[in-house]
Amino acid sequence: MEDGEGIIKKFCYMNRKAPYGTIYALESLEVVLIAAAFDQDISLVFADDGVYQLTKNQETDGIGMKNFSKTYSALGDYDIKKIYVEKESLEERGLSVDDLQALKYEDEDDDWVEKDSLFVVGSEELTKIINEQDVVLSF
Amino acid sequence: MKFGIVINEGPYTHQSSDSALQFVKSALAKGHDIFRVFFYHDGVNNGTSLGVPPQDDRNLPNEWSELAEKHDLDLVVCVAAAQRRGMLDEDEMKRHDKNSNNLVKGFRISGLGQLIEAGIQADRLVTFGD
Repeated sequence: MEDGEGIIKKFCYMNRKAPYGTIYALESLEVVLIAAAFDQDISLVFADDGVYQLTKNQETDGIGMKNFSKTYSALGDYDIKKIYVEKESLEERGLSVDDLQALKYEDEDDDWVEKDSLFVVGSEELTKIINEQDVVLSF
Repeated sequence: MKFGIVINEGPYTHQSSDSALQFVKSALAKGHDIFRVFFYHDGVNNGTSLGVPPQDDRNLPNEWSELAEKHDLDLVVCVAAAQRRGMLDEDEMKRHDKNSNNLVKGFRISGLGQLIEAGIQADRLVTFGD
């Protein structure tokens, strides 16, 4: 494996900004895709305007930006199976889980059954999850 | 303690590079180690050699460069973020057939794996940015 062999840390990638308007969301995704090769314990968090990153049916032709939203549905193939979305952030924006892409992974320990990787959690639970992490990168 | 540092914003527009510079100087003065400083997003612009700030202002790329030389710091600019923003070293210049390069001495260009490695190896990874 890569340098740091044997050490497994809990890495949390916080996504707090809208998908377009700034480059943070796209470049955060680029970090996550590289990070997946390192055999670390990865969680993704979407909060504040970051919840918009996971919305369905994004259409970017009008603003001339590359639509990278389909990449999120591929995260399961990168063995990323803990994706937390803050409940309050959805509610404040009039969104529900039905507005978001259904993110899944195939569980290799359970005959490759397809399971949900997206979890809507309240801010208190999210606080606990973040407190358990070794490394938090916020974008 | 062994620190990893991440700088996500460019010089002057944002204070993150100044704050990180002060943090790194203080940490070194107190005997801590800096495993790596990783520049991402517009933070890659901290490595430009082409900035000409007013004489009575600080020159952030040069300050980083001097600090790196003094303390043997590993200053890494993300290659993907750098390519988008026109930050090139000599190798990248040749590889992309450009006619100039602009990376200050003491910085190097490498991949995002260097950021993850810093997270793994450092006791604390400290981010400077929004």
